[in-house]
Amino acid sequence: MKSKAPTLRDRRFRITLEDLNGWAFIAVAMAVFAVMTIYPVISAVITSFQNYKPFGAEWVQFDNYKTALTNDLFYKSIRNTAVYTLITVPLSLVIAFSVAVMILPFQRKTQSVFKSLYYIPAVASGVAMSVVWLWLYDSSPSGLFNQVLSFLHLPTQNWLSSSKTAMLSLILMSLLSGQGSSIIIYIAALMGIDNTYFEAAELDGATFFQKLRYIVVPLCKPTTLFLLVTGIINSFQVFMNAYMMTGGGPDNNTTMIGLLIFNNAFVYGKYGLACAQAIMLAIVIAALTAIQFKVAGDDVEY
Amino acid sequence: MASGLYSQHLRNPKVRVARNLVMGIFLFFFAAVVLFPLVYMLAWSFGPAQEMSSGSYAIFPKTWSLDSYKHFFASSQYSVKWLWNSFVVAAATVVSNVIFASMAGYAFAKVRFKGSKFLFFLILMAMMIPYQVTQVPLYILFVNKFKMTNTFTALILPGCVTSYNIFLSKQFFSGIPTSLIENAKVEGATQFRIFRSIILPLSKTVLAVMAINTFMGNWNTFFWPFLVTSKESMYTIQVGLKTFKFANGTLLSPMMAGATISALPMFVLFFSLQKYFLEGVTIGAVKG
Repeated sequence: MKSKAPTLRDRRFRITLEDLNGWAFIAVAMAVFAVMTIYPVISAVITSFQNYKPFGAEWVQFDNYKTALTNDLFYKSIRNTAVYTLITVPLSLVIAFSVAVMILPFQRKTQSVFKSLYYIPAVASGVAMSVVWLWLYDSSPSGLFNQVLSFLHLPTQNWLSSSKTAMLSLILMSLLSGQGSSIIIYIAALMGIDNTYFEAAELDGATFFQKLRYIVVPLCKPTTLFLLVTGIINSFQVFMNAYMMTGGGPDNNTTMIGLLIFNNAFVYGKYGLACAQAIMLAIVIAALTAIQFKVAGDDVEY
Repeated sequence: MASGLYSQHLRNPKVRVARNLVMGIFLFFFAAVVLFPLVYMLAWSFGPAQEMSSGSYAIFPKTWSLDSYKHFFASSQYSVKWLWNSFVVAAATVVSNVIFASMAGYAFAKVRFKGSKFLFFLILMAMMIPYQVTQVPLYILFVNKFKMTNTFTALILPGCVTSYNIFLSKQFFSGIPTSLIENAKVEGATQFRIFRSIILPLSKTVLAVMAINTFMGNWNTFFWPFLVTSKESMYTIQVGLKTFKFANGTLLSPMMAGATISALPMFVLFFSLQKYFLEGVTIGAVKG
């Protein structure tokens, strides 16, 4: 037995045919991954400590981070992003869950029709949807939302150009256009619940809402967690609506962190500052994700 | 009936019909609200190609014509080329992802090679990194160092194998029984042969889903093409639409025509391949 140990260890370091096969299969993908992901991440970290110039960058230690952390606009953009996220993500989940529960009792064909109808807006590009919503929010009395307000005998609004309603407008747009995939994912989760749970509950005389509360909601928790995590990750990176529809205004009330980073990098050419802010964004997203798994993760597994 | 959640009404058909009717009406009403912006876009794309005096336009145009489409296409001599550019970028990205991401996914799922666990872990981590982190260095790399502004290479390369597609195909291939591969190996098939003749034919759905999601993502993407194109002739349709929007901000119908043109190919694709679109949503989410 003693003499076998070294040969075993030898075998671990010997290159096998399977190794060669594996490396050949991943070669192109890993080359792309190295240049398009690994290199940029490392480069972003380095750039965040530099004052970038096309020829020779100068090291500035933590200056970019200090500049970011002492800038009021940075905090304002984080607050805007947080407000936007805290309202849109939970409300989206409630809407998607409710719609999915209502679609559930229908036959498969009808279910598919509803799934398609709700998914269609996700097929159009962000630019196209922004262009359309820009007109729906037109501040003249002819704008669609103003027509709705007039119909209800309410005063018309300057939707996107008033600091009172600009953020609300972006939130409303998000709630009314992006639920298709969440609905489909919730339906899949609901279909996966074993009927014996409901049969048992019915024997105990449980009402519809009791079943919803004590069976469906707990069993859908992994799905909810997944949608919550991805929803928050996406929401923190939101850029298109603010860029296309409000430009961050009025008075930076809709400047999201994604737009701030874009402006710093590609409008003002402050690459170092933009990288520092992007890395802080990545850290915030990673921390939020970890917290959510910690808080919800313990009892997710039943 | 798919679920026992509602089954307490099953014995009383009247209650069931009434309940489904109420929910059906609500679902259709809410769907109408969600779809209204698209209906508005389509309807007004046939409106007149001129400025509306404020307060003069209704929910739908009074006269219908193709003038606004003509206006959009006449706005730039390259407007048709924008569609072509978008198609080339999306199609090339689809082809390289379907080939190379699936190969890598297969290796991570079924080939036992040194470093596979660590590399796959890196790929999982990479999916969490916000795109803002990589955009600045990629921009410096492609624009300042490679001088590749306004080239298809710059448009296609960053997305030609995505971490997400490697992950997606790995998840799928892991579900294929390993005995299938072992048997083929005993009969002397090489790994490449196994991949091509056994694995790929079994994976049509996941490859179709990958192709569709990748095509849609690239057709609709704005950020990167906007950064690496400065000549109108190299714009993609989304960048073109944005430029058109900033130049014609006051023209309702031509803007709706532009939006329709940018979205229409995706609608056509969606209605012809609906099954794969809907399947793609759940495939991506399961075990996510």
